[in-house]
Amino acid sequence: MSLPAKTGGQRSRFGLGGPGGILPFLRRNTILALILLLIAFVAGIEVARPGTVTPIWISNALLFAAPLGILGAGQTLVMLTGGIDLSVASVATGSAYLLATNASLGSVAAVLIGLGLGLGVGLLNGVGIAVLRVQPLVMTLGTGLMTEGVMVVYSQKMLASEPRVPEFIQALGAGKVLGAVPLDLFLWAPIAIAMIWGLRRTGFGRLTYAVGDNRQACELAGVRVWQVLLVDYVLCGFFAALAGLVLVGSTNAADLSLADVYLLPSVAAVIIGGTSILGGRGGYAGTIIGALILTVLTSLLTLLDAPEPIKQILYGAIILLLAAAYARLTD
Amino acid sequence: MTEASSLLEIRDVGKRFGSVVALRAASLTVRAGEVHALMGANGAGKSTLVKILTGVFAADGGTVSLDGKAKAFRSPAEARRAGIVSVYQDPALVPDLTVAQNLRLARVSLPAVLDHLADLGVGHLDHASFIRDLPYPILRLIDLARALASDPKILVLDEITAALPADLSEKVFRVVHSWRERGRSVIFISHRMAEVSALCDRATVLRDGVTVGVTDPARGSEERIVSLMLGSEVVKASAEAHRAAEPSPRFAGVPALEVRGLRYGHRVNDVSFSIHPGEVLGVAALEGQGQDELFDCIAGVRRAEAGSILADGKPLRLRHPADAIRAGLVLVPANRIQALLPQRSIRENVALPMVRGIGAWGPIAMTAERRRVDEAVQRLRVDTRAESELRRLSGGNQQKVVIARWLASGFQTLLCFDPTRGIDIGTKRQIYALIRDLAAAGSAVLLFTSELPEIPLACDRTIVLFGGRIVAEMPASAADEATLLRAAHGLAARAEALA
Repeated sequence: MSLPAKTGGQRSRFGLGGPGGILPFLRRNTILALILLLIAFVAGIEVARPGTVTPIWISNALLFAAPLGILGAGQTLVMLTGGIDLSVASVATGSAYLLATNASLGSVAAVLIGLGLGLGVGLLNGVGIAVLRVQPLVMTLGTGLMTEGVMVVYSQKMLASEPRVPEFIQALGAGKVLGAVPLDLFLWAPIAIAMIWGLRRTGFGRLTYAVGDNRQACELAGVRVWQVLLVDYVLCGFFAALAGLVLVGSTNAADLSLADVYLLPSVAAVIIGGTSILGGRGGYAGTIIGALILTVLTSLLTLLDAPEPIKQILYGAIILLLAAAYARLTD
Repeated sequence: MTEASSLLEIRDVGKRFGSVVALRAASLTVRAGEVHALMGANGAGKSTLVKILTGVFAADGGTVSLDGKAKAFRSPAEARRAGIVSVYQDPALVPDLTVAQNLRLARVSLPAVLDHLADLGVGHLDHASFIRDLPYPILRLIDLARALASDPKILVLDEITAALPADLSEKVFRVVHSWRERGRSVIFISHRMAEVSALCDRATVLRDGVTVGVTDPARGSEERIVSLMLGSEVVKASAEAHRAAEPSPRFAGVPALEVRGLRYGHRVNDVSFSIHPGEVLGVAALEGQGQDELFDCIAGVRRAEAGSILADGKPLRLRHPADAIRAGLVLVPANRIQALLPQRSIRENVALPMVRGIGAWGPIAMTAERRRVDEAVQRLRVDTRAESELRRLSGGNQQKVVIARWLASGFQTLLCFDPTRGIDIGTKRQIYALIRDLAAAGSAVLLFTSELPEIPLACDRTIVLFGGRIVAEMPASAADEATLLRAAHGLAARAEALA
């Protein structure tokens, strides 16, 4: 992609075959562009290691993408409002840890305690950001650190019972039915449908976009903006806790750094998926593809057999490149 | 060079932005020493043409020649070197820098600009004051002085008078006159027909990106220019606006809106009035006489410090716009950008108040919503070519969307703050016709307009604000421009005190 100066960019728009050309087509169908990119990555893997891409491999990719996809659901909501949630990784870790250490109380109670942490931190974020008007970045960075600290104290004081991941959570995180369908897809798919439908077809979805696009306009139209923001952050905390449960099911080991590596990808999946970091534009369909692209990218880098630092450099560079390409595409 | 020879010749210029065609075949010929009006409805392509002329955009086709030589400016700086300078619609000044720093940024000489400012009657300006602290009209004059300082052959003024009070507009006209006397040319864009008639030698009219005529804008040619601008169909509808300005009936019963002893800081002092269903009450005032704060208090945007606001006889506690909207008081604010969602569709913008309360957060009845939105959009004849993102609409169409929103969600009293600022004459008449229709259907309207001649056109009765107080009240039939202007300067009040 060429990088002409600002005015030149406007000219080049007409140089590429006008409204009928390939670039304008992709610009109108950004989801399709993302799917093509995903296919290109998958093809890259097949070229690097012929015979890798099998139905089982695809099934595994979906299995591993689910926690990121669910984290991304919450992150999509808050980023559509123009905010961000940096506490999602700590909440996911904490929720998983609470689940495992309270398994003796019964599976249902343990799950409720885990999800309760998500709702609690989400509520705290929501009150700080929506009511007290703290910057989302600062607020969620703070609550994330607090959550981490609380979990460390908890782990030192409360090790009465052996951490144990309930079996149905293990099945949810790692199991498959009919040979190849990951079980966590039965959680992720309804969330995806609810997110995509809800953002387009409910009043709350409309307001999530509207608040991100112009807060003042919402107030003038009689919307009490704080209510919308509060609910978005609570939902984000809830999704983070849920993602933590799926994640601990797949690793079957609750430790206090479980979801750390998911923080940056949860934001990157949303951005790659085309949601504006300034709010007001985007959607969850893009985030799903973004999560899949990142998952496939990780497995591609694993195949390359490069040292870990090199992988990290490549991973970061590719995310930046994708974000830049997307920004140019959507202008 | 003789005076009749053309200095600037633009022929068949075209420009498209994605799928939106802004200009098809725009032509413009300007002679040396003439003031040339560029006219057209909102979205006709005036601003785009100016931006091509001054090198902000590159044209897709057509030719621009200056002094007989073909030119294609690649930047405003290049156009300035060739002697073409524009004052754009919005102030081009950095708010957090001082006047002097801004001028240094633009590489113009400070003394020259200050000289021109003195000519414009702003000799006292402290050039160490920050731009953000200066009133809007002064910023427009700084823009103008800065343009004059580079001594252009062709000066382009894009709606410079839209936000200027009458006395400052007058000073701008004097500058334009003197510029013509020195043999320089001016391209003048304005929606105010009276200004154009008084000031301009010729007028070029654009419609839908095409030059549809070049004409003499002398007094009396108004209807002809309007029909050129709009095509024949819309003119019929706008004639109804004139007819609506007939004597008002008597209003009685419980007022739709009553304001008693309203106070907000020192900006609004003891303001009381009432509006009955079916009545349009005009508010006339110069800049900053408390009208902004008055509208904000009634709309629940700011909290009044004293006094009461009643709707249908019931006192209201307004803590948020939502409270006012529930009581049927809805605001069309001065700055339409404040009220709109730039990245969302026309539909979502119009339907925004319908989903405002928690009760409406669930599934949207899409068919019913579409019907209500389409009805409002069609009633206002919003141009829906670029409907997927509101920021791609022209200013007039954006304004229509703000009004359509309240038509779709319902109201009792419409608080309309300067709804026609920077809007073409066709849309203006359409908006006034709509206001009369709404009143005829039983709504009450509080209307502030900065364009005094429009008050008798749309209102039944008028109050005049000066220094935060109501200094005059009169039926619209008595509200001619001279009377309003005297009252708005506080003169009528003094006359009464002396009597």
